[in-house]
Amino acid sequence: MPDTLVQIELKPPQGDWRDPHVEFRKGSICYSAAPKNLTALGLPNPRAWQPLDSDWKLPPDWKRIILDGMKERLQKYRSFRLFMDICVRCGACADKCHFYLGSSDPKNMPVARAELMRSIYRRYFTLTGRVFGSLFGGKLAGGRELTEDVIKEWFYYFYQCTECRRCSVFCPYGIDTAEITMMGRELLNLIGCNTNWVLEPAANCFRVGNHLGIQPHGFKDSLDFAADEAAEITGLNFEVPINRKGAEVLFVMPSADYFGTPHYYTLLGYLMLFREIGLDYTVSAYASEGGNFGLFSSHEMTKRLNAKIYEEAKRLGVKWILGGECGHMWRVLHQYMDTMNGPADFLDVPVSPITGTVFANARSTKMVHICEFTADLIHHGKLKLDPRRNDHWIATYHDSCNPARAMGLLEEPRSILRAVCRNFHEMPENTIREQTFCCGSGAGLGTDENLEMRLRGGFPRANAVKYVKQKHGVNLLTCICAIDKATLPTLLEYWVPGVEVAGVHELLGNALVMTGEKERVVDLRGEPFPAEAYAATTASEADHA
Amino acid sequence: MNALYSLLAVLAMVLAGIAGGQSEPARVALATFIPYAAFATLLVGFCWRVVRWALAPVPFHIPVTCGQQQSLPWIRSAKIDNPSTRWGVVSRMAAEILLFRSLFRNSRARLSGGRLILGDSAGLWLCSLAFHWALLLILLRHLRLFLEPVPAFVNALDRLDGYFQIGVPPLYLSDVILVGALAYLLFRRFRDPALRYLSLFSDYFALFLLLAIAITGILMRYFTRVDILSVKQFALSMAAFQPRAPQALGSLFLCHLLLVCALATYFPFSKLMHLGGVFLSPTRNLANNSRSRRHINPWNAPVTTHPYAEWEEEFRDRMQTAGIPLETENETEDAGHARTN
Repeated sequence: MPDTLVQIELKPPQGDWRDPHVEFRKGSICYSAAPKNLTALGLPNPRAWQPLDSDWKLPPDWKRIILDGMKERLQKYRSFRLFMDICVRCGACADKCHFYLGSSDPKNMPVARAELMRSIYRRYFTLTGRVFGSLFGGKLAGGRELTEDVIKEWFYYFYQCTECRRCSVFCPYGIDTAEITMMGRELLNLIGCNTNWVLEPAANCFRVGNHLGIQPHGFKDSLDFAADEAAEITGLNFEVPINRKGAEVLFVMPSADYFGTPHYYTLLGYLMLFREIGLDYTVSAYASEGGNFGLFSSHEMTKRLNAKIYEEAKRLGVKWILGGECGHMWRVLHQYMDTMNGPADFLDVPVSPITGTVFANARSTKMVHICEFTADLIHHGKLKLDPRRNDHWIATYHDSCNPARAMGLLEEPRSILRAVCRNFHEMPENTIREQTFCCGSGAGLGTDENLEMRLRGGFPRANAVKYVKQKHGVNLLTCICAIDKATLPTLLEYWVPGVEVAGVHELLGNALVMTGEKERVVDLRGEPFPAEAYAATTASEADHA
Repeated sequence: MNALYSLLAVLAMVLAGIAGGQSEPARVALATFIPYAAFATLLVGFCWRVVRWALAPVPFHIPVTCGQQQSLPWIRSAKIDNPSTRWGVVSRMAAEILLFRSLFRNSRARLSGGRLILGDSAGLWLCSLAFHWALLLILLRHLRLFLEPVPAFVNALDRLDGYFQIGVPPLYLSDVILVGALAYLLFRRFRDPALRYLSLFSDYFALFLLLAIAITGILMRYFTRVDILSVKQFALSMAAFQPRAPQALGSLFLCHLLLVCALATYFPFSKLMHLGGVFLSPTRNLANNSRSRRHINPWNAPVTTHPYAEWEEEFRDRMQTAGIPLETENETEDAGHARTN
């Protein structure tokens, strides 16, 4: 935590945005990627350097590499060329970015972030820029010379964007800053300017299978431990099948679910659900990561990491794939996976074995979101639920950016929440659903050295949580994103103390009445159920606890 | 500074137009050569830009979804803001292009006592919508100068636009709306510090140029009372590719014409190309159906992956010890089958 309280104020911008000079300071940057991670992934220019150094040890022909890289991408991505060309700078996006609202740094306005790239595009890739390039200091054509300072500025601001796409919702042309940030990061990758918080998980994921590099036996230990814990809570036996051939469903979750808190309680929720409905499933130690930090580095890396999921589904001979609660994982699964690594013609169109519902919306990708799966079970009355077991929570729901704006998964988690808890209040309309505010730590920015910027970026989200806390006494923020679960607790502790963070399936696990379970006295966190909330059925047990 | 430069550039063109009216060779150039060159540039440039965009593939399916997806039958999906069908996309694009749907969402953030307050903000949406529709109406009205007989719909638009019969000749509402909306768009660029910080030469230039065109047009119609018959004769001669430099038309007309030519020439090199680009935006013109229908990337780049066999090779011992099934092991060893269904 920063020693002094982060001050939030909106100051009028000063100076000329074309001046690329950036003051790098701790708290608002991510450290550079360790050379070993670049080497492991075969990326160019591995070396020891830090953003705080004055010499970044760029390759001698860095300028040519960047311009060639831009040229290539302008030809390969319509989005890139179009978004470079058609912005009218109307400013509708300006105050939609959580980083701008939290930092008051004018280059964090989405339009300005894109202009950092556009000014180079105009200078080197447009007729006006090439002709009038240096007239009036480039003012006429709105271009800038590509200098090393521009590279540093790109690094600073393209790693100060969480690719949440909120600005794009408001743009009259749908210009998506995430696309521009992704291109910016790809270009920076070409000259070896990467961050460790992105590349280390990517390297681990590539070699071992998940972000933390937990090896297969450790993976099994984690899941066995979770199975024991679920058994202790319910008095039932649990087993988690790993790499089991011939299962009907391959279940892929973000690795944080089996090593992070509060993700872990969500994992318990999944396990209880699967056991109760008798799902014929397996998890995989090879494809033990749903998340994909390649998305925060390059399209190529996204594809390399994502390839494991289909390969493993094919090897194990499952019929379809079920995916856990994660945000950017679903951006990849929903919008990229089938294109990159499909077609998945070796799988069947997903059908719920319990309700018979055909998930026609996933008939090509063959991958279903667990919230879609569970919402369907609840809708068909296949689960026995006691929402009173969540009476100690007054919950609200945070739409995670990617499921909201790259998918539209809005009602499925809400319908689950309404069935499993009795106290649920929405945050204000313009801070949820497609207008949801990012946690401020997505897209590979969730590292501790970047904490000040994360707290600033998370301020708009926290502000809305504070509103419902004061109005309705909300004490739980539910969400379906692993990065949210990892970073929102810190954020809320800072801005809105007294609000916890939980996954939707944690609350489901609490409410799920399992066949043959013992009287439950504790929730999935091991906390005794409050006696008054559960008086009707468990008063005596609560006293014993 | 950017605003000043662009104002000066537009004023210089106004002066050039007025000065050009004084000498015969300049009049001929202004009334024949320049308009043809300008509109050829517009046509070729516009097509060239659109073709360039269209030639770049859309490798990934990246719509920005602004409502509930189409998933389970009992969940109502947002058919326009998150379309899953072709018709949904058409509706979404129509709402975007005709009504500026996304801009309609606009809000204004302010901080008060450490709290963030998001208020409504309709000014930008209203004025840009008003400006674009007024401009379209004015362009269509101008057809009466180029077509003989004048089509009925143009006459109808004309009557509608002058509905209130204020003054002689009747005041066109579209003129008032256009100037008012442009003034607002200019005013907000000056007023809002964030916008002032961002605005480039081209942002002011486009606004000043459009204002100058509107003002010279208004002066001609309502104040100097340009000889409309001469204008029409000239326009018809242009349209028939037999241009005759107008004798009876004054400097103000040539000024108006020169500014329009400047706009046409400038158009394909500028941000004004959003007119063509808005149709091609991949975050808006794709249906959110990437899980039900495979999107093809024409250059789907080959990559190196870490295949299962290599992975198993590295972790074989540890997997064996932990009892995780292996793909290639001695068939007799049954260490991996601890799990049952």
